[in-house]
Amino acid sequence: MISVFFQYDFLTYSLYTGLMIGFLAPFIGVFLVVRRLSLISDALSHITLSGVAFSLLLGRYYPFFAGLNPIYMGMAFSVSGALFIDRLRNVYQYYKELAIPIILSAGIGIGVVFISLANGFNNDLFQYLFGSVVAIRQSDFQIVSIITIVVLLLFILFYKEWFYLSFDEEQAVVSGIPRKPLHFLFMIIVALVIAVSMRVVGILLVSSLMTLPVAAALRLAKGFKQMFIYAVIFGEISVIFGLISAFHLDTAPGGTIVIINILILLFAILFSKYRRA
Amino acid sequence: MGEKKTPYAIEIDHVFFSYGQRDVLQDIHLKISEGSFLALVGPNGSGKSTLIKCILGLLTLQKGSIKLFGQSIKKFHEWNQIGFVSQKANSFNSGFPATVFEVVSMGLYGKIGLFRFLTKRHKEKVKEAIKQVGMEEYMNQNIGELSGGQQQRVFIARALVSEPRLLILDEPTVGVDAKSVQNFYNMLRKLNTEKKITLILVTHDVGAVTEYITDVACLNKCLHFHGDTHEFEEKQDEMMSTMYGHDVRVITHNHDHDHHDHFHDHDGSDLR
Repeated sequence: MISVFFQYDFLTYSLYTGLMIGFLAPFIGVFLVVRRLSLISDALSHITLSGVAFSLLLGRYYPFFAGLNPIYMGMAFSVSGALFIDRLRNVYQYYKELAIPIILSAGIGIGVVFISLANGFNNDLFQYLFGSVVAIRQSDFQIVSIITIVVLLLFILFYKEWFYLSFDEEQAVVSGIPRKPLHFLFMIIVALVIAVSMRVVGILLVSSLMTLPVAAALRLAKGFKQMFIYAVIFGEISVIFGLISAFHLDTAPGGTIVIINILILLFAILFSKYRRA
Repeated sequence: MGEKKTPYAIEIDHVFFSYGQRDVLQDIHLKISEGSFLALVGPNGSGKSTLIKCILGLLTLQKGSIKLFGQSIKKFHEWNQIGFVSQKANSFNSGFPATVFEVVSMGLYGKIGLFRFLTKRHKEKVKEAIKQVGMEEYMNQNIGELSGGQQQRVFIARALVSEPRLLILDEPTVGVDAKSVQNFYNMLRKLNTEKKITLILVTHDVGAVTEYITDVACLNKCLHFHGDTHEFEEKQDEMMSTMYGHDVRVITHNHDHDHHDHFHDHDGSDLR
């Protein structure tokens, strides 16, 4: 079943890219969920859509953009969206969650306008919405590899600070941890991971890979480190099966990945109930 | 350490503080000896928390000076010598998936600094702090699975792990059941007598702690009283009535009492 992925170069790329995203998305998702920011991934994936659409639109007029991987524009939009969310959360001190629907609808709205201008919905766009096995290129693989290395390095360096800030921001600040720069760095990482994940899972379903494995891990984990282990294992299982079935059944991988994640989540809930009883 | 030898952990001199027009602290003088266990008492809005924030350097003094271990607060850098357990500690996200061990290790993060990791020696310290508060059985449990009293012990351990000389607790027993409160105070007394840690306990319920503490300071904008527990017991009726504005009596708690009465008017109405 999986052997076919090693016979063709383009499938090998998509497998490796998928494996890296199956690691990245749940990994970052752990921090998002415990900070009660899981909806941010939805907002940022939609703003990524407008970036991709913008790149596709420019591609119609400028050959430079036609040759450029739209993921770059998606990343740029996603990072600016993350910074906007942060500003908005400060503007609405008492309604912090408002920032998310604002950015989410802005993302969709701008995206739809760009798409219409670029002469509507085509197959290319469909792949960005729901993910694809066959569309992953070598350049996608390279971008995702770089992001994976950067994210891993940053997390090794700042694990304890991010952990403390997520648990108890006030005490963390009292003990001298620099909140602002670390929060800024974290938001940028989140934005980048969301932008690159859309290649495999699709824009509309990125948030599922960041939250569902974490939701399952939350039922089972003892301690914060175990959260990462469980979340990444569940994420990888869903991505591997998602890609294989997407290739053999010719479905969009995003949908399969979500379904597998939901099944894992149900098992985790049932198992934790059974264990407690 | 470059500090002058002094028997005082904290020397507060001539401190004033106001939020805009509202005066909160007026001319506070207070010297807290090293090794004492002080209860800082006062009604709501009396400036207890403001004073604590000044001591922790979270608020900048408008007038007066504070010395910590003989060193002016402006030049003080050894913040890991001061542990703080806030009232808020029990309103954290209790579903957070972190074990007791992980939570207590956080107490070392500020001391270790950026780009450094927990070593084996640090881990031993964490275990030791957990033992000091009697929570070793729960080391690998998630913090959310513990009772309020147990969680508060974990937060004390987090404050203890960086080996502070002074520990400040802001109403730590809010939301903790009566039985655990006794154990909790016993544990604090042990820290004070055996580990020689100076303790400041902010509370509105001095009656519940008189048998554990060594000194009392009563604050209501001004400092109304500061002395040891015996002096306090002699003067308490007179002093409490000046502080609370009318006739109040401190009920010293009998430990088999189930309900918690704090300060009572003579006509029986509850002041809280």
